[in-house]
Amino acid sequence: MISHAAPTRRPIHPPQVDASLFPYHPGSLLSASDLSLDGVSQILIRATALENQDPLVRDRILAKRRVALLFYESSTRTRTSFELAAKGLGADTTLVSSLSSSIEKGESLKDTGLTLRALGAEAIILRHNSSGAPWLLEAATRLPVLNAGDGMHEHPTQALLDLRTILAHLRPGVDTVTAETLAGVTVTIVGDILHSRVARSNMLLLPRMGARVLLCGPKELLPELAAKAGPGIAIERDFDAALRQSQAVMMLRIQAERLAGLQLDLEQYKAAFQLTGPRLAAHAPTALVLHPGPIIRGLEITAGVADGPQSVILEQVKNGVAIRMAVVERALTATGTGGRA
Amino acid sequence: MTALVIRGGQLIDPAAGVDALKDILLKDGRVAEIAAPGKLKQANGAEVLDATGLTVAPGLIDMHVHLREPGQGYKETIASGTAAAAAGGFTAVAAMPNTVPVNDSPEITRWMLAPERGAAIRVFPIAAATRGSKGEAINDFAALKSAGAVAVTDDGHPILKDNIMRETLAAAARVGLSVIQHAEDTRLTQGASMNLGPMSFKLGLRGMPPEAESGMVERDIRLVTELRDARVHLHVAHTSTAAALAAVRQARRSGLRVTCEVAPHHFLLTEEHVGFYNTHYKMNPPLRSAADRDAMIEAILDGVVDAIATDHAPHAVHEKEVEFENAPNGVTGLETALGLCLRWLHREWKMPLGRVLSLLSPQPAALLNLKGRGTLTVGSFADVVVFDPKAEWIYRAREAKSKSRNTPFDGWTMQGKVRWTISEGRIAYQSDNA
Repeated sequence: MISHAAPTRRPIHPPQVDASLFPYHPGSLLSASDLSLDGVSQILIRATALENQDPLVRDRILAKRRVALLFYESSTRTRTSFELAAKGLGADTTLVSSLSSSIEKGESLKDTGLTLRALGAEAIILRHNSSGAPWLLEAATRLPVLNAGDGMHEHPTQALLDLRTILAHLRPGVDTVTAETLAGVTVTIVGDILHSRVARSNMLLLPRMGARVLLCGPKELLPELAAKAGPGIAIERDFDAALRQSQAVMMLRIQAERLAGLQLDLEQYKAAFQLTGPRLAAHAPTALVLHPGPIIRGLEITAGVADGPQSVILEQVKNGVAIRMAVVERALTATGTGGRA
Repeated sequence: MTALVIRGGQLIDPAAGVDALKDILLKDGRVAEIAAPGKLKQANGAEVLDATGLTVAPGLIDMHVHLREPGQGYKETIASGTAAAAAGGFTAVAAMPNTVPVNDSPEITRWMLAPERGAAIRVFPIAAATRGSKGEAINDFAALKSAGAVAVTDDGHPILKDNIMRETLAAAARVGLSVIQHAEDTRLTQGASMNLGPMSFKLGLRGMPPEAESGMVERDIRLVTELRDARVHLHVAHTSTAAALAAVRQARRSGLRVTCEVAPHHFLLTEEHVGFYNTHYKMNPPLRSAADRDAMIEAILDGVVDAIATDHAPHAVHEKEVEFENAPNGVTGLETALGLCLRWLHREWKMPLGRVLSLLSPQPAALLNLKGRGTLTVGSFADVVVFDPKAEWIYRAREAKSKSRNTPFDGWTMQGKVRWTISEGRIAYQSDNA
């Protein structure tokens, strides 16, 4: 046997990750980090323009173009607003949901996507219970794919509509964003961060405009390594202390369907993290209150706060239609880089 | 059987300490004569392979492959898997028992070894340690050994219970078999599909903590220590974490017979590669952090790692073209191991060629106690690989000999092109330009 040499300590330069091929299509929106700041601005500008446009004129922008909504999970806001957005631009939409299609018979995501493409779909809006499913669908179909929520991963249009809502109140009139637009703004995201795609998309998007994102929740729902997901993210487990620093607070539902056996003491949870009228008045009397929905009244938020003057929850829903009009339009018209990062 | 002469090549036989130009005569499945160029005495009438400018080495030995037979011939067969192995320069592979049914009996072991399987090179079955790999009832190791098994493992279904693992180590030692452990505390990895860390959080995938591996290695080493039996040999499969390597290093210092292997994907890739949910980067153990990957390279260079093993794990295209968390674990590796080891360990990280080959042949031969293999001296098996150590080539998965295409190395540049693979005196593979 050849004897082993003394331990070597020479510099090691291992192979690097290849530059991303994704998204393949310039109209796709898979992750909030796909977009450059310029791309974000274009979407915000188009959202406002489309919202203000005469519906009879707007109707011609995507007249008779075909958009498929492929939903593997239930949804009220996202599905309806994507559908209204596409129809508002004149597109034909078709909904395929896992419970009333051949998905129930075991058809794969790839085959479902190829079938929709063969039926003439020019873009697919996908909600799926598995993280990363939109990457698979895009690779299989090469169509523009809009991620309408994938597992515990991302929900980029939600982050864009949250951004639009926050800007409308804290930076009125601003629709061209830069790296400083939200400087000095702290947005606290509270609750079940671990399972939240809304939290992940916002964590990736808002700090790029200078915002600080504070994450708040119990260890079971907010692991320490969440703070390492990107720049501008910190953890503050004391809800009151987080509120005192916040210009906006985003409440999240506990995702019972993804807890995977995790047991939580809900009374303890409410005592520490429920947003109540007195708590809001004491620590953040002027902060915006956001919630991506669905709300579980009496759990993460009280009815009084949800319906109160600081709540912008229904504005978020309304902004969802405008943002999704801009994103659907981009999906079917994007050329070049499409404002990719 | 016809005789073969390999003429004019650079013979590198690390186990024998040889690195010189030699002619080699292979006859009746064995090495018959080795001599300086042109000096063979008994070569009359033998077919001649001109190895001028090429390296001649003991055939490579992969101690960790999944050949999928019996039961999953749509992924790979013993014939296709060994053809892939021969193309990669391997003359022997040790086949894991997670077949359907599990190879936990002398009958299945013998079935795998039957000539009807059409193996291109030598297959050495590794039998299941427990009945059905369920971690409860220990198999009859003596019977498995006489049927041809070279080690025991419940690969993929690690033995969690202390008493069962202790008894497995003791029983295997009594019959002279090694115990190979896929170190994973599966109680900590339920539903997980990649390494636990900032990347898994960002990707929204459940993660396997590094401690699930290192904790199991530490537990196994404690059991080996307690047994106080010098015959006990624990081999840690596909080591992927710095902490597990540290435990192996420590055990070795204490004089225990604890060895380990590392797969090429674990010394070349990291969890960052999972970024676009490509299932060709999904395997178990998963790709780890950059610090873990660097620890693999260091441990290979400084000699703590005993073998490079591929964990060749073929899966059909339709099985991998699914959502990341639903995809099966595993990547192929037999056709890329040599090319990656020469390209990175040898060329990039300056590991001497003899030491690289040592990790790929004599050292795994010793770990599995394969007599007469891993070296080329007169009388040893005529298991030989002849390759051009300088040749660069691009690996294309679609041209693979394996039935499956699930590799993360499609399109990568390889170094070292196999010209001939000779298994017990027969040419098992030759490249097109030979």
